[in-house]
Amino acid sequence: MTSATTAKGTFAGGLHPADRKHFTAEAAIEVLPTPQEVRVALLQHLGAPCELVVQPRTEVTLGDVLGASKGFICAPVHASVSGTTGRLSVATLPNGRHVSVVPIKAAEEQPLEGRALFDDVLGGEWPKDGFDRYAPDEIAEAVQKAGIVGLGGAAFPTHVKLRRNEEKPIDTILINGCECEPYLTADYALMLAAPEPIVTGALLALRATGAREGILCLEDNKPKAAEALRRAARGTPLQVKVLATKYPQGGERQLTVAALGRAVPTGGLPLDVGVVVLNVGTAAAMARAVVRGKPLTHRVVSVSGAGISQPKNLLVPTGASYRALVDYCGGLTAEAARMVAGGPMMGFTLGSLDVPVTKGTSGLTVLTHSDIRKAAETTCLRCGRCADVCPLRLVASKLAMASKAGDLDLAERYHISACVECGCCAYICPASIPLVQLIRVGKVMRQAARS
Amino acid sequence: MAQSDPTEQPEVVDEEQPETRPALQVAPSPHLSDLTFTTRRMMVDVLIGLAPAIAMAIVVFRWYAVVQVGLCVLSSVAAEALFTWMRGKPLSISDGSAVVTGVILGLSLPWSAPWYVAVIGSTVAIGLGKAVFGGLGYNIFNPAMVGRAFVMLSFAKALGASAYTNAQMDLTVVTQATPLTLAKKFAADLAAGKVVAADLPVQLGGARELWPLFVGQVNGSLGETSALAALVGGLYLCLRRSASWEIPAGVIGAAFACAGLANLVGLTPFTALHHLISGSLLFGAFFIATDPVSSPLTPRAKLYFGLCIGVLVMSIRVFSGYPEGVMFAVLLMNAAVPLLNRWTIPIPVGGVAPKAG
Repeated sequence: MTSATTAKGTFAGGLHPADRKHFTAEAAIEVLPTPQEVRVALLQHLGAPCELVVQPRTEVTLGDVLGASKGFICAPVHASVSGTTGRLSVATLPNGRHVSVVPIKAAEEQPLEGRALFDDVLGGEWPKDGFDRYAPDEIAEAVQKAGIVGLGGAAFPTHVKLRRNEEKPIDTILINGCECEPYLTADYALMLAAPEPIVTGALLALRATGAREGILCLEDNKPKAAEALRRAARGTPLQVKVLATKYPQGGERQLTVAALGRAVPTGGLPLDVGVVVLNVGTAAAMARAVVRGKPLTHRVVSVSGAGISQPKNLLVPTGASYRALVDYCGGLTAEAARMVAGGPMMGFTLGSLDVPVTKGTSGLTVLTHSDIRKAAETTCLRCGRCADVCPLRLVASKLAMASKAGDLDLAERYHISACVECGCCAYICPASIPLVQLIRVGKVMRQAARS
Repeated sequence: MAQSDPTEQPEVVDEEQPETRPALQVAPSPHLSDLTFTTRRMMVDVLIGLAPAIAMAIVVFRWYAVVQVGLCVLSSVAAEALFTWMRGKPLSISDGSAVVTGVILGLSLPWSAPWYVAVIGSTVAIGLGKAVFGGLGYNIFNPAMVGRAFVMLSFAKALGASAYTNAQMDLTVVTQATPLTLAKKFAADLAAGKVVAADLPVQLGGARELWPLFVGQVNGSLGETSALAALVGGLYLCLRRSASWEIPAGVIGAAFACAGLANLVGLTPFTALHHLISGSLLFGAFFIATDPVSSPLTPRAKLYFGLCIGVLVMSIRVFSGYPEGVMFAVLLMNAAVPLLNRWTIPIPVGGVAPKAG
């Protein structure tokens, strides 16, 4: 139906911004020294917030449950350090949400630190077969118990994707190592340092969903990672597929098009076309949960950009503050102008450094004044470049003008709800119109009008 | 330097010591933009693309070309300044669009047009073609063509076919009528029975030679004569993505097909190739039809837009009283742009969103 579907390893539209990954591409993963305090958010996922199950001023150990699942689309949160809990407080996450956080003052003695922590999370031996000993439901249960959510950024509770579904059976698992955002190298560093748990996680996903095919996908600007994955996947039924480097290849809608030639229906999910997409970090966390029985408490983040003195890839506990990350990386440089949680195309900016890292945090990108330079906004010339680059074939100019005019009918006719806010249109606009922000406003108006 | 006081507010830049305190901004994504592709650069690219045509115009028509284009540019810029002042808006001539309008209008006039045609045409182009709609980005019609249509209808003799020819001039190229005028006359004479098809070489003579038509050593309006110049400049524009290639592709494709057909059935003595390189077809395809504001948004609509213009240009050339039809074809299709946009709303990858929720 749609001509944008090709299984030729790419999708129609998209852009080629400079990837700027040189800041941290060569950096091996360092373990962040245990921070003095972590603030574990009770909502680190898409879905209902967790229910607090621990009292203030209680001793907790690394891995203890702090917040229990409430409802199906939920994932529990665990203590990421051993220490003493404090009173429940509130933090504002980069996306603007106010969430309850459990502060934990780290104890002097930690059960795992440094190299030992790294090995426990990612190192050591990981099985490549024998997964039949786990029943499919067991795997989904273990993943839920471990509080695993999508580490690619959307933070959707993973167990929901792994449950067997009679109406919409899954035939393919895609493991997403594309990391198409400029600057970010968390997934890249993980694939280089620990491809084995990624492979284990992928095989567990195959067993849980009953899918026939498992494909490890990444962009062609990561040849070393592709090699590492191929080596780790030898002897398993998994394939490695290298896709053309283009932003936003890592988006799940573009990934299914490029890897399989299937278009996820607008407003739908990959499972509507028989696919489950999992980030490489999520797969590694799944392996640790099922094989080692450990919950999700740590993740790899990349701290990068010309605004940070010493860019690094770090293994950090959830709940560590961005300030701890910045301090460990030598602090901000004098030209630092914008701190972005995530990548520069879709990330949210931080107004303060005292914000806790959550499970969905893929990195911190510190941009300088010259990085964020923009030409002054002028009138839309209707040049159509936005329509040329949109990976979903939308016409951003019309959507933005409709939002500006409050014309919800026009916005609806141009399919405003299909927009994933990837930023390609605003990036290319020669008139420097804030297209994505206008579209966001339009979506909010549309939501308000419907309720 | 890391900040030591944990406030929730964004830091304020200390003006006295900007080096020591980095400012933290809060802003919506995306945080990067392509600075190499701006409106100003697009306009500069159009002027660069027009340079070969301007150069050929000066080579062929000498001082007349300089005067016409110069007058049009000056008048356009002055008109833009006047109208933005009247509307109380900040001065916008630095975006280059008034200069582009002036150059295109100037190049579309005959060498002999009096000074007031250039001045009035430019003023109307900017005033009625742009300012009255709200300025750059809001106009429906191509401003240069609006200006030209106005002066063409108001000063019919100054822009009619006879204005191009002056047998007494030492500028030899203007001693003969334009190739399209000759072709039209021949077709009319043939239909009236005054000549037969075999008289074609005698009647049209040198006007049928392809090389002069291609290079520009023929009569015509200042910028239209050199197909080569239009092609070179136009391809530059398309490669730089400052003009959408779908439009010239459509115009040229449709015009070529229609001209071939018309030639086959004897409606015009010129072959498809002749029609392609004579008159302002190429100039119009690359520089006039591609004006982004007055052309459609989506790639498919741009192609249809171009195709329709090609058909209309040939229809006007063959069936109407005018020897050249680019101006009216573009203006007619400009009016159809909102409809083309509406009819070609692309279906998103993944299909239309389901109605519920």
